[in-house]
Amino acid sequence: MERFEIACLVDNSAGVLTRVTSMFTRRDFNINSLTVGATEDPRYSRITISVNGDEKIRSQCVKQLRKLYNVKHVKEMVVNDRVSRELALIKLKNTPETRQDIVSAVDIFRSKIIDYSPNTLCVEITGESSKIDAFLTVVAPYGILEMSRTGVVALQRGCHYLTDAEQDDFALMELNRAARIDQLEGN
Amino acid sequence: MKKSGAEIIVETLLEQGVDTVFGYPGGQVIDLYDALYEYSDRLNHVLTSHEQHACHAADGYFRATGKTGVVIATSGPGATNLVTGIATAYLDSVPLVAITGNVSTSLIGRDSFQEVDITGVTLPVTKHNFFVHSVEDLATTLHKAFEIAKSGRPGPVLVDVPKDVQQAVIEYKPLGRARKLPEKTVNGFQMKEAARMINAANRPFIYIGGGSLGADVSQQVMELAEKIDAPIGSTLMGLSAIPTDYPRFLGMQGMHGHYASSMAQNECDLIISIGCRFSDRATGNVKKYAKQAKIIQFDIDAAELNKNISVHLGLAGDIHDAVCRLINEVEQKEHPEWHARIAQLKLEEQFQQDQLLDPHKLTPQALINEITKYTDASTPIATDVGQHQMWVAQYYPFQKPRTFISSGGLGTMGFGLGAAIGAAFGSKKRTILFTGDGSFGMNLGELATLYKTQVPVVIVVFNNGTLGMVRQWQTLFYNQHYSNTDLSDRKSDFVKIANAFGIPGFHVDTLEELPETVAKAMAKSGPVLIDVKIDPDEFVLPMLPPGGSMDDIITMREEI
Repeated sequence: MERFEIACLVDNSAGVLTRVTSMFTRRDFNINSLTVGATEDPRYSRITISVNGDEKIRSQCVKQLRKLYNVKHVKEMVVNDRVSRELALIKLKNTPETRQDIVSAVDIFRSKIIDYSPNTLCVEITGESSKIDAFLTVVAPYGILEMSRTGVVALQRGCHYLTDAEQDDFALMELNRAARIDQLEGN
Repeated sequence: MKKSGAEIIVETLLEQGVDTVFGYPGGQVIDLYDALYEYSDRLNHVLTSHEQHACHAADGYFRATGKTGVVIATSGPGATNLVTGIATAYLDSVPLVAITGNVSTSLIGRDSFQEVDITGVTLPVTKHNFFVHSVEDLATTLHKAFEIAKSGRPGPVLVDVPKDVQQAVIEYKPLGRARKLPEKTVNGFQMKEAARMINAANRPFIYIGGGSLGADVSQQVMELAEKIDAPIGSTLMGLSAIPTDYPRFLGMQGMHGHYASSMAQNECDLIISIGCRFSDRATGNVKKYAKQAKIIQFDIDAAELNKNISVHLGLAGDIHDAVCRLINEVEQKEHPEWHARIAQLKLEEQFQQDQLLDPHKLTPQALINEITKYTDASTPIATDVGQHQMWVAQYYPFQKPRTFISSGGLGTMGFGLGAAIGAAFGSKKRTILFTGDGSFGMNLGELATLYKTQVPVVIVVFNNGTLGMVRQWQTLFYNQHYSNTDLSDRKSDFVKIANAFGIPGFHVDTLEELPETVAKAMAKSGPVLIDVKIDPDEFVLPMLPPGGSMDDIITMREEI
């Protein structure tokens, strides 16, 4: 099971988020995180979904999303070809013994402390999800009291856009698959 | 021209070429029914006894005619009663527009009387659905609903219209008939690859599904079969696309498929699938399914490629266009060895059928053969769900596309009578409904509809006093524990029931009286019922046990 990210451009209207998530429920695909927000065009919102699954789930997610009437564009955000960020707020136990270690960790991870009280401190951290995971591993022993993660947002690098023609993606993929199987069978 | 929302709905339906709608009135669609009253000279409304069967009727109307069906229901229970009908249409890719009323927008969300969030309820079983907030959006929404229902892979669309939207008056401009959106065509390089694989095959097998009916490619499939010298098999939903007596046609495959068809699929070296989704009932155990063969899959829906089984080449797009192009791209071939093997399989099948045949018994096959004497190539044949459905699929000689009207994907018991009424309205032909005593018990209130409309539907009840399909499983896999499948302790007399609804009925208890009684029934011009006694232990054979493969096929009772 790998983690992968899918971005979709959807109509900015009521009920669309339910339609998208309903597809995942119905097909028994598990969402790790989902973010939705405005785009440069007020007619559309952009949803970024992080999912766990194998090759089959990955391709079904994209294809089934493309069938939804309110979903205009769908693409997998391929790891090597995208930038992605997630933000987390993490409330930690603040004790004289651990305070310095936490501050060093915050420093090393280029995050910042945004709230401070005699017994708690709150860290804001931004980065790829894996960076946030790593930070959590480091600070867990100091006592995580509460946390809130935004989920991933992602854009493709360079001159690639979600709205690029996607028509032939699958045709090519299918053909490559046929060639691959042929090769395996030595035809 | 100023029109109310309710009038706009009817105007839009007329613009779509709709001549008949099915439905049931109620508090939140009174305005719509008032408009229907006004337009009753131009739009025929068929009142059923229950919304579910109105929905099946709209579904049957499509299956027989290819024209999008329309069903109307009120809010709350009226709308929820549609759900089984909508799901049935969804699973078989039937274009359907369901129009429901809802409480006025000011009462939405307050748990008002007969308020239900029907767009929420039907979300997973509709292609799309709409809640119409304002009368300004009504005409465009309905127009869009028809476009979505029939474009691409067809499916049901629900439009929920609050009462105040039906009452509001607005300047109305007709939008014309909704288009079926053009389908993208399969890429040239993929077509070349498909042709290459077909040219390289020695034992090709063409496998058609419901998608082949939607794409209207029956003729082209036969041309392709001639050119590449291949037999043709079908899924349950593909039946009627190819004439049963066409020599290359081996019939249905799958759990209760024809022996030769299922075996050929298991021995071929290439499956050319046209509009099939490889459902579990068609494949059996996917791990063992046609392992020897390469598979090329054509489908209008890209999401069907590699969904249920992994194929070697999946092609998404316009199937009609693809098959036409394929005929030109493949080489003319002859496969004499494959031919001989198919002939042998057919002989084996014939032998098995002869073994099963008991000429002195009132068997399902004898009954179907007798009824067939009174049908022609374009007679719509509707079924309910269960053993009788499989027997019809196996034994009825379908000749023309869209003559088999049956719930395949959802397997909805109770589908038949509503669907048969819809099919009879659409086709304007005498329609046969094959049903079982179990299924018929679920929809017999529609006899009232049948009497009132007087559409010629011949109801043939396979009355075996049991839920036969479940009983068959209980016999085979559940130690003959006939848990709640025995109906013999019911006193229902279907002939008396039919009579009570004003419909003539006949009992058939023996093989001897079959021809004469069927002749009497068929002499009636309107609706009629024939209740036929069948042995509760008749089996549907052959059978692939659930989760089994062709190695486990059961062809004879003795093998059990």
